[in-house]
Amino acid sequence: MATTETAPGKHPDWVAHATGDAFGKITDAPVGFGHMKRKEDARFIRGLGNYTDDVRLPGMVHGALLRSPYAHAKIVSIDTSAALAHPKVAAVVIAKDLETLGLAWMPTISYDTQAVLAGDKVRFHLQEVAFVIATDAYAAQDALQLIEVEYDVLPAIVNARKALDPDAPLIRDDKVGQTDNLASPEWEAGDKAQCDRVFAEADTVAVRDLLYPRCHPSPMETCGMVADMNPETGQLNIYNGNQAPHAHRTVYAQVAGLPEQNIRILCNDIGGGFGNKVPVYPGYVCAIAGSIVAGAPVKWIEDRSENLVTTGFARDYNMHAELCSKGGKITGLRVNTLADHGAFDSTAQPTKFPAGFFHIVTGSYDLDGAHCAVKAVYTNKAPGGVAYRCSFRITEAIYCIERMVDALAMEMNVDPIELRMKSFIRPEQFPYETATGWTYDSGDYHKTMKLAMEMADYEGLRREQEEKIANGEIMGIGVTFFTEGVGAGPRRHMDILGLAMNDGAELRVHPSGKAVVSISAQSQGQGHETTFAQIVAEELGISPNEIMVRHGDTDKTPYGLGTYGSRSTPVSGGAVAVVSRKVRDKARAFAAVMLETRPEDLAWEKGRWYVKGDPERGASIESIAEYAYGPNPLPEGLEGGLDANAVYDPPNLTYPYGAYISVVDIDPGTGKVTLRRFIAVDDCGVKINPMVVEGQIHGGLAEGVGIALMELISFDEQGNCLNASFMDYLLPTALECPEWECGETVTPCPHHPIGAKGVGESACNGSPPCITNAVIDGLYRAKGIKHMDMPCNPARVWAAMTGNAQPAQ
Amino acid sequence: MLVSMTINGQEHSHDVEPRLLLVHYIRENAELHGTHWGCDTSNCGICVVLMDGEPIKSCTTLAAMADGHEIITVEGLEAADGTLDPIQQGFHEMHGLHCGFCTPGMMVTGRWLIDKHPNPTQMTDHEIRDAISGGLCRCTGYNNIVKAIRWAAAYEADAAGRS
Repeated sequence: MATTETAPGKHPDWVAHATGDAFGKITDAPVGFGHMKRKEDARFIRGLGNYTDDVRLPGMVHGALLRSPYAHAKIVSIDTSAALAHPKVAAVVIAKDLETLGLAWMPTISYDTQAVLAGDKVRFHLQEVAFVIATDAYAAQDALQLIEVEYDVLPAIVNARKALDPDAPLIRDDKVGQTDNLASPEWEAGDKAQCDRVFAEADTVAVRDLLYPRCHPSPMETCGMVADMNPETGQLNIYNGNQAPHAHRTVYAQVAGLPEQNIRILCNDIGGGFGNKVPVYPGYVCAIAGSIVAGAPVKWIEDRSENLVTTGFARDYNMHAELCSKGGKITGLRVNTLADHGAFDSTAQPTKFPAGFFHIVTGSYDLDGAHCAVKAVYTNKAPGGVAYRCSFRITEAIYCIERMVDALAMEMNVDPIELRMKSFIRPEQFPYETATGWTYDSGDYHKTMKLAMEMADYEGLRREQEEKIANGEIMGIGVTFFTEGVGAGPRRHMDILGLAMNDGAELRVHPSGKAVVSISAQSQGQGHETTFAQIVAEELGISPNEIMVRHGDTDKTPYGLGTYGSRSTPVSGGAVAVVSRKVRDKARAFAAVMLETRPEDLAWEKGRWYVKGDPERGASIESIAEYAYGPNPLPEGLEGGLDANAVYDPPNLTYPYGAYISVVDIDPGTGKVTLRRFIAVDDCGVKINPMVVEGQIHGGLAEGVGIALMELISFDEQGNCLNASFMDYLLPTALECPEWECGETVTPCPHHPIGAKGVGESACNGSPPCITNAVIDGLYRAKGIKHMDMPCNPARVWAAMTGNAQPAQ
Repeated sequence: MLVSMTINGQEHSHDVEPRLLLVHYIRENAELHGTHWGCDTSNCGICVVLMDGEPIKSCTTLAAMADGHEIITVEGLEAADGTLDPIQQGFHEMHGLHCGFCTPGMMVTGRWLIDKHPNPTQMTDHEIRDAISGGLCRCTGYNNIVKAIRWAAAYEADAAGRS
């Protein structure tokens, strides 16, 4: 349960209402894995969630940010006097005020620095320039209008391919030694010489320039914070829905120079994240600085334009890709990528991987050679590069390989599924070492692909398509088969800002046999309060209704890196399974004393230890808990009580995969694409709660529909963002989404404690190339069009149909 | 200016700025936080409430425009004795919510649809999807929201049949 006692201003019945026990029917929950309705629903369906904007503190004031109307301009002067004279304004903060606090610049999660408030110049449209604090939110907005800023406008760079031109203006003149707009030098993976040999021997080569355009995660709740610095005690309480509360606390300690133990982050409920709530944003630092300056709690809630234009964008990858075949099978892949990081490099990646896990780009195929190289540039666009429902650039990688397989099938004139089937890694090849250095743990790709074909009636669809195309209609069928690497990650390889990517869990079984499990993962709607209780239930035989899952409060939960990159179940879920087993082992020692036998003579069945060969003699977990806290003799070497801690360090990533097939109809008169069917067969290993897994897949598919068909963050030549509201940044509604057709295969992960692989992002990885492949399949068969970039909106499809396809930038 | 309205059967009256938005009146003056805010431009439907029985977007309605009217928010769905409205139960039964942020707007829209539809158990998928298409949800992919509304309609028909 999210922290309830720190939910000021809530309905007095809030605590009583906010338990799953409010529902009679939830008592039929399984004691362990299986379909179970969610415990956390009780407060949400009553309107009793506690999101950041619901926090009210005594004396709280409101902040608002003045933002730059230019993408690139020198700041000549800032005059805040009129704003300060506003009767409701408490303070106005600009860069030079932050300098005195040492807060003018902050580190990004990629070891770059970012201006909290621009002092020298602005480097992207709507960059933060001044922070106003007023007694109400409307007055704060009024006061923004009273600040006068004089700018000296500079030429802007908005096209990554022009950022390294010799005459390009230097964006990061704040960085010592920076003489061009290179953000990250070329990083590569794979054996280039071997790859070249494979291409030299190939029968067929497909070449495409692919743009995965800039898009935005757009959670329905925008970002915001209430910062409450107590000047007497030096305690800083931060109410902020973010995906990694412990890492954020460490960052604030570093940025603000505050003692880490005096900072408490309370996430409470979060209205969606999807990667957007991973970074630390300037508004957060301003709220904290504002609370220090004003001596009062400061609330800052961004509006939708601020969220879309300035917070963590995703993708913006220009990929030049070549895929080759020999003897009817895919043999080699070569990719050169230019990444657009915007004005500050705040891409979210583990330290050793500047291009994230993009080198998983060989996909599900057994290749003889592969090589990929990625370099990144600065542009006058907002920073970000977050993983929008994605594990560190895997979405871009899957798009690249899956578009290229279709392109190669087109060149070879073979069916795209046939080419995939011939090229898949075979079941007996696992564990499989890829040409770029990943070790896939398990899989049976052919089985999953065949199931998708059966569910779709693939051959029937192809016959229907042939008839329709002959009839002048345009119907497309899209296919993808993806392999993801999620659950970052092993500490020997993976850290963010020097913090190993592990997660902690603490489990206390109380004397009554009821339990609290505290986790470092942070739900943004994933249902952790239910599924993590189910893991404990599965391991200990306690009803999930009697297990409280505590998260979202750094004072009350163990350290860990949070929820993104589908890592909750693979990492935090591993921690919860391990800590449950530690408690089970401890319970065994107690049971041996209780039953007057040796621990090794006991066997476990769900919920009790019993004497081998005499199953009547046993002790339930409840009776063991009662004993462990009671005035009873202890097992040798053990202390009283029934609790444990664990930090889980995953030995490898997990590799969920899936086969997707989609069917689209394209209006030949308008270019409008209608997604008629979507078949998704996922293999995420063992499922804790199939209902929640399916819900995750549905959500990811819908976001994929948005990315493939409508979502785009674009700019004019001056660097103005053209998609500053939901009128211009389109998200799919219920009408654009078909009824999802889901199937499953189950291949347990061999190295995960419960065999699970993580699923939150699979569907959002697999669906954009699947839908794009469907559109291009239709356009190719009807019109001979071989390529277009996303989004496949009517105007762009129309341009492609008439031979004028352009990258969306 | 003085603005008065009924919210979930209770009278509210406050002296407010003429420019105050209804969503802020509900959240700040009436102190009902279940209605959320999402976009400023009437596109996301997060802030939907019922005014005189019809769904409206409270982020683009002035509090003054609701003067003298009757508002129902998510907090008004539950009966006084704590019994859930079938639409609330349906969202729980069918996993029609993840993060819960769009849920209040979706539920009051669903409630309105069932109330106004001449034959709720016969609603087509398209009718339900069309009704909720003024709202955005990033988590659920909509399938289960459609099912949740259908569950509530079926439950009510069943309950009516029993009584």
